[in-house]
Amino acid sequence: MSEPALLEVRDLRVSFKTAAGELEAVCGVDLDLAAGEVLGVVGESGSGKSVALKAIMGLLPPRARVTGSIRFRGRELLGASEREMRRLRGGRIALIFQDPLTAFNPMLTIGDQIAEMLMLHDRSLSRAQLRARTVELLELVSIPEPSSRIDQYPHEFSGGMRQRAMIAMAVANRPELLIADEPTTALDVTVQAQILDVLRDLQRELDIGLALVTHDLGVVAGMAHRVSVMYSGRIVEHAAVDDLFAAPRHPYTRALLASIPRLDGARARLASIDGSPPSLAGRPPGCAFAPRCLMSAAVCRSERPALRPVGGSRSACHFAEQLGARTEEAEALR
Amino acid sequence: MIASPRLRIPTFGLTGGTLPVALGLLVITFWVVAAATVQLWPLDPPLEMVARRLQPPSAEHWLGTDALGRDVLSRTLHGARFSIPIAVLVVVAAALIGSLLGALSGFFGGILGAAVMRLVDVTLAFPPILLAMAVAASLGPGLENAAIAMVVVWWPLYARLMRAQVLEVREREHVEAAVAAGAGPIRTLFVHVLPLCWTPVMVNATMDFGQVVLLAASLSFIGLGATPPTPEWGAMISDGARSFYHWWIAFGPGFAIFVVVLGFNFVGDGLRDLLDPRTD
Repeated sequence: MSEPALLEVRDLRVSFKTAAGELEAVCGVDLDLAAGEVLGVVGESGSGKSVALKAIMGLLPPRARVTGSIRFRGRELLGASEREMRRLRGGRIALIFQDPLTAFNPMLTIGDQIAEMLMLHDRSLSRAQLRARTVELLELVSIPEPSSRIDQYPHEFSGGMRQRAMIAMAVANRPELLIADEPTTALDVTVQAQILDVLRDLQRELDIGLALVTHDLGVVAGMAHRVSVMYSGRIVEHAAVDDLFAAPRHPYTRALLASIPRLDGARARLASIDGSPPSLAGRPPGCAFAPRCLMSAAVCRSERPALRPVGGSRSACHFAEQLGARTEEAEALR
Repeated sequence: MIASPRLRIPTFGLTGGTLPVALGLLVITFWVVAAATVQLWPLDPPLEMVARRLQPPSAEHWLGTDALGRDVLSRTLHGARFSIPIAVLVVVAAALIGSLLGALSGFFGGILGAAVMRLVDVTLAFPPILLAMAVAASLGPGLENAAIAMVVVWWPLYARLMRAQVLEVREREHVEAAVAAGAGPIRTLFVHVLPLCWTPVMVNATMDFGQVVLLAASLSFIGLGATPPTPEWGAMISDGARSFYHWWIAFGPGFAIFVVVLGFNFVGDGLRDLLDPRTD
């Protein structure tokens, strides 16, 4: 008998009541994640990717209305009791924040905060046990001299070390599902690769299902197995990572890929996507990307394309087939 | 060139910023020590010596004597025994009650939180001295009742201050991180929110000591606080105010109040500069 999937999100919708009416930040998102798998969730800021993943942890403010279904190991999380969610949060589901400076309490030492994470989920641990385990965790993320750094405050850590500590804290209770919300965005480029290495090693070692939220396709290419591209609250393309890079099936994905600098200098000028994503209140009736899309036709402005299988991927574009063909053509020419 | 002669006051390395704080601390220390030890001093406040009544300040009685022949300086020093502890008690009680209610209201919100804040609004709509008088009058005279009245008047200020702080701090990411770690609301509030909210409350409390000393004296002055034989400053001024030509009777306690309030204000200002990066 097969175990229920680690994470199964169906038709997730999140809306916020505002003075301007009810605004939908996430409009019907499906996500699947298996144990030991890395899912990249890519999108611009405001695409709803962070909101969708925070909804999984039940971290949205009460004014947010969340509907749909979020199943974790077969257990429905939407409508689960606060008690149950509290046990899951930091225990079987953990979160890595974007900015480790603001995500640590400035008044407590790093050690205290990791110990708190352990203590919240296992009251039986003694002070000495907590300390020993905390040192172990800091070692696990390669923080040098952990037994002395444990007593330091967040401001005494460098950005990279803080993010390592954050990862140590997140994996403290051996979570099955780890959500990393732009874990490297706030870091120096030179440190980003190190942090990703730490994250990847731990993910493999502990067999964690990792949902990696980012706007950096480079991060996705190096870590993810599958990728969901989000735009304006919807998933516009979902594909295995190799397929996504080889044959993007959505113009938005293509545009994103075109905006990555290449080391071989194959591109003289970086492409940018003109315009900006629509506001939550002002989404066009058809495809949300249509106003910025180079391929948009009349049908794009009147009819919203559904996410449908195209080749091995899924795409929400009326012209997904042609898109794929073009890239394959280009591939063949090479 | 002739150097212009300048009067140099020795400041012991203290600068414009720290000098008032040092002075304030000195004054407060003096009165706290007085409050703690004055009963051990060879003074005789309750002793009525009608023979030496209404004497102006002299070498023997530095601040003169009052209508019953009691030494004003000695009574003024004894006054610290009432004014200082009352100020501390009232401020601490008001700060604790107000902060707790404000924090709960800010953190949990809801109907109860709104109710607390409306109560705050109503309380703050009255002039503090009037409300304190009304409460003290309904409880009857006496220092304890005056203290209760002052707490009733004072806690809303702290509730409002603390609520504003909590509303700001609870939006910070580390609070969300604590929730994401599985912390419950009570733990989140007390471990991850409140410790970051105390600074303005502490600064405000220091500034309020002086105000409470004043209010306590005011209540006693109009007969709602300490009752006559008690050498409380407000009551003493009330005594002295009746005989305008014997100015020294009111001068002693009046000057004491002035010095104490100034001292607390100096320290409060200094503490604010030290703790609050937003002010220069």
